[in-house]
Amino acid sequence: MREITYAEAVREAMCEEMRRDENVFFMGEDIGAYNGAFGVSEGMIEEFGAARVRETPISETAFVGAGVGAALMGMRPIVELMFSDFISVCLDQIINQAAKLRFMFGGTVSVPMVLRAAAGGGTGAAAQHSQSLESLYTNVPGLKVVVPSTPYDAKGLLKSAIRDNNTVIFLEQKKLYRIKGETPEEEYLIPLGLADVKTEGDDVTLISYGRTVQMCLDAADNLISEGVSAEVLDIRSLVPLDTSSVVKSVLKTGRAVIVHESVEFSGFGAEIAARIADSEAFFSLKAPIKRVGAYYCPIPFSPELEKSVFPTRARIEAAVRETMKTLHEE
Amino acid sequence: MEDLSRLLNDKPFLESIMERLMLARKFEDEVFSLFKRGRLHGTTHLCVGEEATGVGSIFALKPQDCVLSTHRGHGQALAKGIPVDVMMAEMLGKESGSNRGRGGSMHISDPSINAFGVGGVIGASCPIACGIALSFKLRGENDRVAVVFFGDGSSNEGAVHEAMNLAAAWSLPVLFICTDNGYGMSTPLAKAVNDVDLTKRGYPFGIMSTEVDGNDVLAVYRTVRAARARVTGEGKPAFIVEHTYRTSGHSKSDRNLYRTEAEISDWQSNNPVARFTRVMLENGFSESDIDAIDARTSREIAEALAYAESCPEPAATPRELEAEAYCDPADNGECQCVR
Ligand SMILES: Cc1ncc(C[n+]2csc(CCOP(=O)(O)OP(=O)(O)O)c2C)c(N)n1
Ligand SMILES: [Mg+2]
Repeated sequence: MREITYAEAVREAMCEEMRRDENVFFMGEDIGAYNGAFGVSEGMIEEFGAARVRETPISETAFVGAGVGAALMGMRPIVELMFSDFISVCLDQIINQAAKLRFMFGGTVSVPMVLRAAAGGGTGAAAQHSQSLESLYTNVPGLKVVVPSTPYDAKGLLKSAIRDNNTVIFLEQKKLYRIKGETPEEEYLIPLGLADVKTEGDDVTLISYGRTVQMCLDAADNLISEGVSAEVLDIRSLVPLDTSSVVKSVLKTGRAVIVHESVEFSGFGAEIAARIADSEAFFSLKAPIKRVGAYYCPIPFSPELEKSVFPTRARIEAAVRETMKTLHEE
Repeated sequence: MEDLSRLLNDKPFLESIMERLMLARKFEDEVFSLFKRGRLHGTTHLCVGEEATGVGSIFALKPQDCVLSTHRGHGQALAKGIPVDVMMAEMLGKESGSNRGRGGSMHISDPSINAFGVGGVIGASCPIACGIALSFKLRGENDRVAVVFFGDGSSNEGAVHEAMNLAAAWSLPVLFICTDNGYGMSTPLAKAVNDVDLTKRGYPFGIMSTEVDGNDVLAVYRTVRAARARVTGEGKPAFIVEHTYRTSGHSKSDRNLYRTEAEISDWQSNNPVARFTRVMLENGFSESDIDAIDARTSREIAEALAYAESCPEPAATPRELEAEAYCDPADNGECQCVR
C-alpha cells in the first residue's frame, strides 16, 4: 500500500473533507504560506483559497471562539492551535462554551468543530511547548478527545472527527509528523471510540495511545525473548473510550500496564485503571495494574533531562516485569 | 529628551553600546551555525536585525527595573546583563546555564538581575508585568519600572489588551514595548490588523504612546529614557512601538516563503550594527577602534562557546526534577529568589 507521513495523512483528511463538504473550513496561525509550524497544511491555501483556509491573527480566544460560533450556525470549522500548550489561552471557549452549549440549550444546537493541535514532547521545545494535556479535556463532559498514533489512524479518525456533530479535540503528535505508514488513497473512516489491537498476546495487556504506542510495540517485541507475550491495545480515542475492548483484553491476559506520555499522576491512565478495577476483569487480575507516564514535573529543556522524564521502552519493560514477578511470588 | 550631542560625545557610552550590539549579533550567528551543524537541540528565534531594540531600550533602564523578554529574547537578555557564557551554556542545555539547562532559548533568565524570560506563550508576559509593577507600587519602590517586550503579532493577544487596561486603571509603572518587525511568524502586520498604527493601541486605555525607528539605537535609547522618566515621574504606564525588521528567519525551520530576498537584503543594509558603525565613525572613532571591538566580542563569543561545551550535562534524576517543581519545604516559606 502507499506510504505517506502522519502530517500528510492529516492534510489529506482535511482536503478530502473540504472537497466533500462546503461547510468545512480551516483556520489557524500561519497555515498559508508558512504551511503551519509543522508543514501540515502545505498546498491547502492554493487549492481552497484564503476564504476557506483562513490565516488568523495571533488571538486564540478570538479564532477558537469564532470556530464555536461558526459551528453553532452549522459550519464545520477545523481550527488549528500551533502548539496544544496554547490551549490555555482559549480554554474558556472550549470548556465553558463549546462543551456546554448543546446541553445548556436543551439539545437544540450543536458545535461540530474540530480543534487540531500539535501535542507532546521529545523535540527540545521545553516546558511551554511540549505538554500532553489531554486529561484537562477528558474531565469536561461534552468534548471528544482523539489521539492518533499512525498515519492510517490520523486520516481515518480526523475524517470522522470532522463529520462528528460534537466538538472534537484532535491531538496530533509532534514527534510523529514525519513518520510514514501505509495509508489508503481511497476514502475510509475510522469510528471514534474503537480501540485497535496492535498485536495479540496472552500474558499482559499494554494499553496506550499516541506516541507511546510504538514504544509499547517495541517493548512487546523485546519481551518475547523473556517468554512474555504482550498484547498491545491502542485506544485511539479517550472520549469516547472503548472500555469493553480494554476489559476484554485484560480478562484474557490478567495483567495491565497503561502507558502514556502525559504525566502519570492524575493522568488518563488513572481512568483506564479504574475502568479495569470496576469491571469483571478485576477478578482475573494476577498482578496490580501498573502505569507508566511522565514524571511529575514540567518538561526540561536539556535533551538528557527531557528524555529522562518521559516513558521509555525500558520503563515499560520494567513495569511489565513487575507484573510478571507478582505471579511468581504467588 | 536626552541631548543627542551630549551622547555623541560620550565615547565610553558609545563603545559599550557597540559592544552589546556586536555581542548580540555574534551570539545569534554562533547559535545559527550551531543549529546548522546539528549541535543544538530544539528550536530558537534569532533577533538578527533587531539588536538595537533590545540594546537601546535596556541601556535606558536602571538595573532595578525588571525586564520581561520575548521568545526572541537573546538580545534582550544580553543587554540586561546575563553573561554570554552562561547564555551559551543554557543554549547547550548545561547545568551551568542561566536556567540550569531547564529553560532553554525562550526562557533565558536571571531573576537576581531582574531578567525574566517569560516569552514562550506570547502575550502572557504583559499581565505578569502588571503584577511586578503592582508590587513596586505597593512597596513604595518609586524608581522601579516593569518593562515588557512583545511583538507586533503578539499585540493581538487578549492578554496584552487586558494588561494595558489594568496598568492604566491602576496607574502601574509598566513600560510596554512593542517590537514591531512587520511580521508575526509569516503573517504581515497588515494582514493581522485593520490599522497598522499600533501606537493607537495605547490611546483608548489612556496610555501615553509613541513610536521610534527601532534600528537607530540612540533614538531607541533616548525614547525609552524619556518614557521611563515619565513612568516613574507620573506613576503611570507608557507604550512605545519600536519599528524594526528581523533579517533572520522566524525560527530555525523558517523557509522564508512569505517574503522576498530583495526585502531581506534591503533591510540587511539598514541593519542596526552597520548604522551605528557609521554613527561612531562620524563621531571620533576610527576603523581600527571598531575593529578592536569586533575582535574583542568575537573572542568573547568563542570563549563562551568553549566554556559552555566544557560544562557538564545536568545530572538531576527524575525524582529530583519532580522536587524542583516546588519550593523546598526546608526554606520555611522564605523563598530563595532574589527580590
Ligand atoms: C499564545 C501563543 N500563540 C502562538 C504562539 C506561536 N508563536 C510564537 S512566536 C509567534 C509569532 C509572534 O510574532 P510577533 O509577536 O510579531 O513576534 P516576532 O516573532 O515577530 O518577534 C507565534 C505565532 C505562541 N508562542 N504563543
Ligand atoms: Mg513580529
